[in-house]
Amino acid sequence: MAQPLAFILDVPETPGDQGRDLSPYDESEVHDSFQQLIQEQSQCTAQEGLELQQREREVTGSSQQTLWRPEGTQSTATLRILASMPSRTIGRSRGAIISQYYNRTVQLRRRSSRPLLGNFVHSARPSLRLYDLELDPTAREEEEKQSLLVKELQSLAVAQRDHMLRGMPLSLAEKRSLREKSRTPRGKWRGQPGSGGVCSCCGRLRYACVLALHSLGLVLLSALQALMPWRYALKRIGGQFGSSVLSYFLFLKTLLAFNALLLLLLVAFIMGPQVAFPPALPGPAPVCTGLELLTGAGCFTHTVMYYGHYSNATLNQPCGSPLDGSQCTPRVGGLPYNMPLAYLSTVGVSFFITCITLVYSMAHSFGESYRVGSTSGIHAITVFCSWDYKVTQKRASRLQQDNIRTRLKELLAEWQLRHSPRSVCGRLRQAAVLGLVWLLCLGTALGCAVAVHVFSEFMIQSPEAVGQEAALLVLPLVVGLLNLGAPYLCRVLAALEPHDSPVLEVYVAICRNLILKLAILGTLCYHWLGRRVGVLQGQCWEDFVGQELYRFLVMDFVLMLLDTLFGELVWRIISEKKLKRRRKPEFDIARNVLELIYGQTLTWLGVLFSPLLPAVQIIKLLLVFYVKKTSLLANCQAPRRPWLASHMSTVFLTLLCFPAFLGAAVFLCYAVWQVKPSSTCGPFRTLDTMYEAGRVWVRHLEAAGPRVSWLPWVHRYLGENTFFVFLVSALLLAVIYLNIQVVRGQRKVICLLKEQISNEGEDKIFLINKLHSIYERKEREERSRVGTTEEAAAPPALLTDEQDA
Amino acid sequence: MGGSGSRLSKELLAEYQDLTFLTKQEILLSVYVVLAPHLVDDEQQARSGNEHTGRPIAENTDSSPLSTRAHRRFCELLPQEQRSVESSLRAQVPFEQILSLPELKANPFKERICRVFSTSPAKDSLSFEDFLDLLSVFSDTATPDIKSHYAFRIFDFDDDGTLNREDLSRLVNCLTGEGEDTRLSASEMKQLIDNILEESDIDRDGTINLSEFQHVISRSPDFASSFKIVL
Repeated sequence: MAQPLAFILDVPETPGDQGRDLSPYDESEVHDSFQQLIQEQSQCTAQEGLELQQREREVTGSSQQTLWRPEGTQSTATLRILASMPSRTIGRSRGAIISQYYNRTVQLRRRSSRPLLGNFVHSARPSLRLYDLELDPTAREEEEKQSLLVKELQSLAVAQRDHMLRGMPLSLAEKRSLREKSRTPRGKWRGQPGSGGVCSCCGRLRYACVLALHSLGLVLLSALQALMPWRYALKRIGGQFGSSVLSYFLFLKTLLAFNALLLLLLVAFIMGPQVAFPPALPGPAPVCTGLELLTGAGCFTHTVMYYGHYSNATLNQPCGSPLDGSQCTPRVGGLPYNMPLAYLSTVGVSFFITCITLVYSMAHSFGESYRVGSTSGIHAITVFCSWDYKVTQKRASRLQQDNIRTRLKELLAEWQLRHSPRSVCGRLRQAAVLGLVWLLCLGTALGCAVAVHVFSEFMIQSPEAVGQEAALLVLPLVVGLLNLGAPYLCRVLAALEPHDSPVLEVYVAICRNLILKLAILGTLCYHWLGRRVGVLQGQCWEDFVGQELYRFLVMDFVLMLLDTLFGELVWRIISEKKLKRRRKPEFDIARNVLELIYGQTLTWLGVLFSPLLPAVQIIKLLLVFYVKKTSLLANCQAPRRPWLASHMSTVFLTLLCFPAFLGAAVFLCYAVWQVKPSSTCGPFRTLDTMYEAGRVWVRHLEAAGPRVSWLPWVHRYLGENTFFVFLVSALLLAVIYLNIQVVRGQRKVICLLKEQISNEGEDKIFLINKLHSIYERKEREERSRVGTTEEAAAPPALLTDEQDA
Repeated sequence: MGGSGSRLSKELLAEYQDLTFLTKQEILLSVYVVLAPHLVDDEQQARSGNEHTGRPIAENTDSSPLSTRAHRRFCELLPQEQRSVESSLRAQVPFEQILSLPELKANPFKERICRVFSTSPAKDSLSFEDFLDLLSVFSDTATPDIKSHYAFRIFDFDDDGTLNREDLSRLVNCLTGEGEDTRLSASEMKQLIDNILEESDIDRDGTINLSEFQHVISRSPDFASSFKIVL
């Protein structure tokens, strides 16, 4: 900024400027043409109303300090030209808006077969055809432009026209009148020869389809909104805490949707048929004591809740005993329902759908939140975009102001720090502290994993613990406590290390917390599939794992309640009563979201062994929503740290997808392909691995006849053959690589365009200064000649014409 | 909505729906918010002074009967010659009433927002359609393009079509609080504005015009979600 400003200020005052012969603007010529135009324009502007005068004065007053040194009356003419440049009128003048949209409509019509331009205008500078020599659009010219626009709008389809009108930044009354004018009689519209024949018709059709889909989506969205039970609660949270805390609750809602989808599929295809054809119970149902709600064992064991209850028969078919159901020939009376196959494929399909949805929403979120070049311009973005208009409370508004002020001060301090780099010694010390803290945190994670492993081994070895139900709760309790305590330890450690950027601090905290949770869950997975399967020979190990996951889920919930109670309520009371502090505890979004992700991972791990686990998770999430909301409103305040809500939700979705979902999928794949199912219970009791169910079915199909022979073929060549998998992954990699290259190319183009813009800007400054100096000289001459100063209006279009010529 | 008492004609409602980003429910609700609150006062149904418990209507957004009823009542109470909705909707609502809406009360830009959306010559009142415009721009479904256009006009305090240093410093003061102890010091302010111009003034003319502004906004994914007012 400083450099060009100096440049601006220097040029008009250099005395040598007048005698420069090399300038393409020959002095007298420019002078003459200017004078002519000025005379023409001054007649025009004399009739213009008071408003312009006022604006002119405003412009003079405000811009003088910024661009030009106050030089009295001389600069007003130049300033008036500046103020009427197209790039500036677009922000305020109605005529400019109309002509901009006229140009856009023309563009749209010309390439109506192509998709719409992006959301953002590439340049707000409308083409200059419509900018005849004018200072501010007079009413007549505006009328003309409007009629042009109307004509353009008439040539569009109705839906397209409404879409255009809706996006115009004009007042509703003007939009209505435009629409009224552009409404054409139907016959005339038909009779009009299409500009592009069939092609434009196609484009129009496609556009109409897109619009119809869009409006359908809007209708669905509004219906969903009407049904949304939490609208008011979310509005209140947003109003009091802003977007950052709101993102936690929105994430919770997303998880709820995922679980609902999962549950729907599982209930429809596994639970429903099983309930309709109940198998014979192995014995009398045990009496419930109440402790089962925590342990999930006891009277829950032989219900649809767990894997062991499901039969291995083909349902809906008069067969002998359920045990040799696989020998029943299909297609005997009604539609056969092969339970093992249904079990396997439902779990598989629901995981596949979840995966697609997750990846899609993650990609969408990435596209929304990561833009090219979003790292630069942090000051401008903070000032322009950080106010949250949702906030409705005075107190929250003041808090937001405090936060923004702190943030701005931090940014400025950071900026100054960057311009005066730290000493080598300081950097070394910082690196040492950083390394030490990382080491300690990783050590903590490792220690937790080892502790879980040792404890689980102890549980396996101690025989007296097996019989008692309450003893089953010890392992979940220990794991839950470790999960709860270790993040606090990491937070204390993190307070030691100096961080330059608060965003980085949040990312580091998330990363450490995640490593901890992964270590614990990995140990547990090994414990279940590696050790328990061997120990529980002859029993139903699937039931045990399902129950274990249920216990973890419940214990996680209980500990979260306690944490909310003590970490938020009691802490608030202590800090208010004892410490006399006015600040309430902050709501730690990152930790809370990671807890949600942990719970979701447990649910996904358990789907195969306990199909009703998503239902438990849904209930848990609903309770968590209300508990957290109440605690938040009563005890907490918004976090002080800046929180890039959309970046963070992207990160959370990514974490949900990458370690959580993928880890669960790998776990289940291992269980399906490699582990021998227990031989006493469940739908796969006669098979070697769960995947055998699919193979058995394919063999049946082969035997059934040649009509479906393509299916075994597909199975053999696509499912069993690894070549196909390799091919698909290679293609995927190629697509990713191409995309990366495309992005790189676009970035290059952006750089070039930026350079061009700044060149044009310099040209503009050069021309303005030229003009300025000419004016100055002319005024001086006139003053010396006449003695009285006449304010002359200036022709803006001449300037811009030259510039863009 | 087709009841005999509802005077907001179907055509008008459809037109509003076509030309704004609002849903039917939101339009009806805004009819209620702008024109009818004092009527509900008579029914002792109105929001109390309390900031959050006093919004019975927000909880009932999904049930349009309330807003329909409100509008009907509003029309019943109007004098005979103003019964037609068209004329009642053209009534100008003074800024004070708009500014005291809970959705705007805590907003430091509330005066600017009202000024930008006002179409009356004196810029001191909003008509119903202006209010719909406001809600449409701040709604969920409005395009980022139109949102950033209006954000620019809101931040352009002197209405001259560009953001100059004066506008920027007023904007920063709004963001940090106007008080003597809350605003940034002069040197900080100068540094900040210099940085902002450095980052966003692409053509180096010392001010930020609309396209430069939109360029900055396009890099911030949070803008569209925070430039939103939930009625």
